[in-house]
Amino acid sequence: MYSAADLRKGLRIKLDGDPYTITEFNFVKPGKGQSLYRCKLRNMITGAQFERTFREVDTFEAADLQQKAMQYLYKEGDNYVFMDLESYEQVYLTDDQVGDTKNYLIDSLEVEILLFEDRPIGVTLPNSVDLRVEHAEPWAKGDSVSGNYKPVVLETGYRILVPPFIEEGEKIRVDTRSGEYITRVKE
Amino acid sequence: MKRLLVAGHARIFQICRCFRQGEFGSRHLPEFTMLEWYRAEADYRDLMSECEELVTALAQDLDMPEGLIRGGRTIDIRKPWERLMLEEAFERYAPVSLDEALAVGTFDELMAFEVEPRLSMDRPVFICDFPVSLGALARRNSGNPEVAERFELYIGGLELVNAFSELTDAGEQRERFLKEEAKRRAMGKRPYPMPEKFLHDLAKMPESAGAALGMDRLVMLFTGAEEIGDVVAFRPEEL
Repeated sequence: MYSAADLRKGLRIKLDGDPYTITEFNFVKPGKGQSLYRCKLRNMITGAQFERTFREVDTFEAADLQQKAMQYLYKEGDNYVFMDLESYEQVYLTDDQVGDTKNYLIDSLEVEILLFEDRPIGVTLPNSVDLRVEHAEPWAKGDSVSGNYKPVVLETGYRILVPPFIEEGEKIRVDTRSGEYITRVKE
Repeated sequence: MKRLLVAGHARIFQICRCFRQGEFGSRHLPEFTMLEWYRAEADYRDLMSECEELVTALAQDLDMPEGLIRGGRTIDIRKPWERLMLEEAFERYAPVSLDEALAVGTFDELMAFEVEPRLSMDRPVFICDFPVSLGALARRNSGNPEVAERFELYIGGLELVNAFSELTDAGEQRERFLKEEAKRRAMGKRPYPMPEKFLHDLAKMPESAGAALGMDRLVMLFTGAEEIGDVVAFRPEEL
C-alpha cells in the first residue's frame, strides 16, 4: 500500500483496476492548506495519459508487475506467442500490445515480458537486435538521393536507412530504442 | 516567540531550519530555512509595509532596483504593492466563489490550480483576509469578523510570506485549537496535545503581528532559480 506521500515520478500504482506509471509529479501546498499531489499518469496497458490531483489522505495499491525472461516463438493470427524460459509456458500478446517492437521480433529472440497480475501487457526488447537484410537495391555511386544512406527492408519487414555498402543477405545491428542502424555484423 | 512577546520583547526575529516530512516539489523541501519576525503593537497592515520595505531594500543593496526575476520575466517591485482580498481573488480567477469552494471542500485545489497561477506575475500582490477557518492563529478583522487578519505575499506567483495579526484571546484560541484537532482526527492524523503554557501566556500577550518568510524562496526570486532545489547545497535525494 502506498500513501500520497510516497508518490514519485516513475512509481507504478494500481488505479481503477489498471496499472499506471507516474510520468510527472508535483507537490503543492497552497496557503498552509493540505498537501496536494498533482500527477500525470500513463495507463500501462492502453497508453492513455491523464492528469489527476491526489490528497494527503489518498492511498494506493502497488501495481503487481513482473518482468519475465521469455523467448519469441512465432506469430499466430493476430497474436504474438512467447515462451517463458523457466516454466516453458506460452503467453500471447496482441498486435496492439506488441506495437513497434514487432519490427525486431525474430524467432528465438530473448525479451522481457511485462506481466500485470500475471497477464502479459508488454514487451521490453534488448537494446539492440541483429537482423538480416532481406531486400536492398544495389547501390551505384552517385545515384543516391539521400546522400550517405539508402533504404532497405529487414527480415521482419522493417524498413530502415543504412549506409550504401550494406547488401542483401547481410546482418546488421539495430538500436531498438531509436530504431536506427548501428553497425554491420560479420558472421 | 509569542512567549517572548509576553516577556516584553517587542521586536524579535529568528532565522531557523524547518522540517516538513514528505514535502518535496519545485517549491517545497522537507528541510528549509524560514525567517520569522514579530512586532508588538502592530497589525498585519504594518507587516505588509515591512515586507515591501524588506524586499525593496534587499533589491537596492544587491543592485537590482529594477526588480526580481521569475520565469525569465522581471517583476516590478516598486511600492506600493496590490492588496487583494481572497474573496475577490476567487471572484476574479476561480470558477466558483470562495464560499462555495469552502462549502464543497475544494478550496486547496482551486487556490493551487486556478487562483495562484493567475495572480500577477509582473507585480507582487498581497492576498489578504482569509476566512477565520483558514487562520487558526489570526485575529478576526475588526470591520468584518468573518475573516481573519491574515495575508500571504505572492511575488512572481511564488508564495513568499504568510503573516497575520495575532489572536490574543486565549478562550477563542483554545476553541480554534479544538476545532483543528477534530479535523486532524477526522483525517486520521496524530493528535497534538493542547499547548497549555502557550494559552496561559497568550492572555497576557500584547496586540502584535507576526510573519514567516521562506528564505529559500527569497533566494529563488533574487537569483531567478526555477526550482527550490537549485538554491540549496543538497537536495533531499543527494543527502
